[in-house]
Amino acid sequence: MPELKEPLVVSVSPHFRGTDTIRSVMADVVIALIPAMVAGVYFFGGRVVWILLISVAAAVGTEAILQKLMRKAITVADCSAIITGILLALNLPPGAPYWLPVVGAVVAIAIAKMVFGGLGKNIFNPALIGRAVLLAAYPVAMTKGWLKPFWWHGRGFFASAVADAQGAALDAISSATPLVKEGAADPFTIADLIIGKVGGCIGETSALCILIGGIYLLVRRRILWQMPVAFIGSFALLMALFGVARHPEPLDRVLVEVFAGGLMLGAWFMATDMVTSPLTGRGQFIGGVLCGLLTFLIRLKGGYPEGVSYSILLMNMATPLIDRYTQPRRFGVKSRAKHG
Amino acid sequence: MKLKTFRGGIHPPELKGLTENKPLEKCPLPGKVTIPVQQHTGSPAEPVVKVGDKVLAGQKICELTGFISAVHHASISGEVTYIGPSPHPLGRKMVAVEITSDGQDQWIPLQKASQESLASLSPEGIRERVAQSGIVGLGGAAFPTQVKLSPPEGKKLGLYIANGAECEPYLTCDNRVMIERPKDVVTGLKLLMKGVGVTQGVIAVEANKPEAIAALKNTVLKEPGISLQVMKVKYPQGAEKQLICALTGREVPPGGLPMDVGVAINNVGTAVAVADAVVRGRPLVERAVTVAGSAISEPKNLLVRIGTPLWHVIEQCGGFSKPPVKVIMGGPMMGVAQCSLDAPVIKGTSGIVAFAREDVVEVSYEPCIRCGKCVTACPVRLLPSKLGMLVENSRFLEAKEDRLLDCMECGSCVYVCPANRPMVHWMKFAKSELRKIAAREKSEQRQSA
Repeated sequence: MPELKEPLVVSVSPHFRGTDTIRSVMADVVIALIPAMVAGVYFFGGRVVWILLISVAAAVGTEAILQKLMRKAITVADCSAIITGILLALNLPPGAPYWLPVVGAVVAIAIAKMVFGGLGKNIFNPALIGRAVLLAAYPVAMTKGWLKPFWWHGRGFFASAVADAQGAALDAISSATPLVKEGAADPFTIADLIIGKVGGCIGETSALCILIGGIYLLVRRRILWQMPVAFIGSFALLMALFGVARHPEPLDRVLVEVFAGGLMLGAWFMATDMVTSPLTGRGQFIGGVLCGLLTFLIRLKGGYPEGVSYSILLMNMATPLIDRYTQPRRFGVKSRAKHG
Repeated sequence: MKLKTFRGGIHPPELKGLTENKPLEKCPLPGKVTIPVQQHTGSPAEPVVKVGDKVLAGQKICELTGFISAVHHASISGEVTYIGPSPHPLGRKMVAVEITSDGQDQWIPLQKASQESLASLSPEGIRERVAQSGIVGLGGAAFPTQVKLSPPEGKKLGLYIANGAECEPYLTCDNRVMIERPKDVVTGLKLLMKGVGVTQGVIAVEANKPEAIAALKNTVLKEPGISLQVMKVKYPQGAEKQLICALTGREVPPGGLPMDVGVAINNVGTAVAVADAVVRGRPLVERAVTVAGSAISEPKNLLVRIGTPLWHVIEQCGGFSKPPVKVIMGGPMMGVAQCSLDAPVIKGTSGIVAFAREDVVEVSYEPCIRCGKCVTACPVRLLPSKLGMLVENSRFLEAKEDRLLDCMECGSCVYVCPANRPMVHWMKFAKSELRKIAAREKSEQRQSA
């Protein structure tokens, strides 16, 4: 019997692993967000770069500091805080003062993520909680900071004097978003909406760039098709049938409501967040329809011109319930018993 | 031809190129064999020899102890030198019969069957021969075959499946058996079909075995009731419930058996063993084993006598080319990591895979990010992420309600998990904790009664 130099490793099967890591999953999401980030910089100038960097730094920093204080392992290398930082930044108006993403990122990471137990344990989408808190605490900065696309032409790529002390954009370069409720929007075409040449949050204007990223995530099998398709599909259907109060003409109505505002960004990147959305395809479909319905109701009847953020947060709340009732049919059992 | 499959599953690298073209070679006999009394599913067998007895190859050394039990035979001729706790592939020492070889390889006289006796063989006769030859499932679970041939009253069977899927990476022994002995696969299948009274048989082979498919295709052409079905290459295509679902669309109920959906199923190696037993009178004392992996010098397929120690088999393959860090009995997805190379090859050993340092994964796990990849991969449609989190927090009874016991521990979920969570480990742990809880409850009931 030959002598072994070292004892053999004994562990439970399987003894093979696939090549995926949490970091590779997160890296795919960051790559999918690159088109939207580039579009934001292209339309709204260099200050978007600062907002992105500040938001990411604040998110990563908050997570690292809190983990150190709580005497836990520092896990920022898994890139999940980077994604929260990017998504938060993409949800801010381009005229946002530089301290705004800091507050938002700290709230998003500390309250919406770390308090619940860190990665994988949060109920709500952290970036959306950050945005919701900012909207409640700093309404002027969040609703009056819109800039015209290409405002920076002739003023310098990194020009930053864009708003007053509260964050309302200067008249010369301000814009009203296409979904505005009081007053008139700046003129735009459907093509403008799809490419992104309109006012709005940094990452939400270019439907085309978001779609490219979304399809990348589908091809890489990082998200399921059910959530974005059910979300956008149900919303479009409701708008076409019942949204006459928003615009008189149905086709026009559907195209504007789908491509303007945060619906595309929300459906492809925020609602699909893995931790906070249902686990199965069927569950995701139900969650998507819920989001579409709520967004429709808020936009039609609520006080906000938007509605996507709140509908997604409400869907996050409903996720455990949706999961409980959408377990796959038990192998070997024909009828649909309640919990298998 | 449309390739059939089931929902779920994964595609690990096949890695069969090392050995799929290596014909089966006879492994030289070892100096000593250790034959455990428990190398099958069911109650352990009872030794019927004592220390000092001289035995011949093929002689019965262990007897049945119940309905679900198996007979074991001496795999070499020699003297019984020890009966007691010995190294076993499952890790802890278990009772085994040790036979020291006399170097002669002398056999008991074998009762070959003539053409007439084969034609007049009854189902009971087949069952008895299979039982007395110690045949158990060679696919890995080692379920006593005579029990599969004895369905209880009222269970109607309509189809017998010979499982040639061999979906584990590295393993090619079933492939070689199908290439080299296709007639015996069919003969064995026919005997099994006769044993339970079915007229329809099918041999299922994964599409990555073109030589075996060609060999079997020619052989089944002459057989009216038997067909060949090529399956999609996927893991775990060879798992019996998944194979049955892919072939017939029927799903075996939780806790049930294939006979509950009118099907019986056996590995192709088992079918060949049945042919050897009934036609040539040979009891099960030898089996095909694939030896492969990054630490083995000359990977090959060997015919190994039951009870041969692992180190002897590895020596016949040129020994280790690099220091071995993990030696697995079986395939890399469901095999058992060995702690000692003294453990013997048993009836369920389909492969020995030795990993060098570069192939061994030793990474700690991270929290579940609910990505859903495990849900897509699970062939039994469980929610591995939820089950894993429940067991991680010791909520065993809730896990049981959530279908924990349906888990067949195939490892697909762990393979795809980006957080590297050891769900199979937790499933096994939870099952053992549930057994303890059930035993405690039973003894409490007895006390209060």
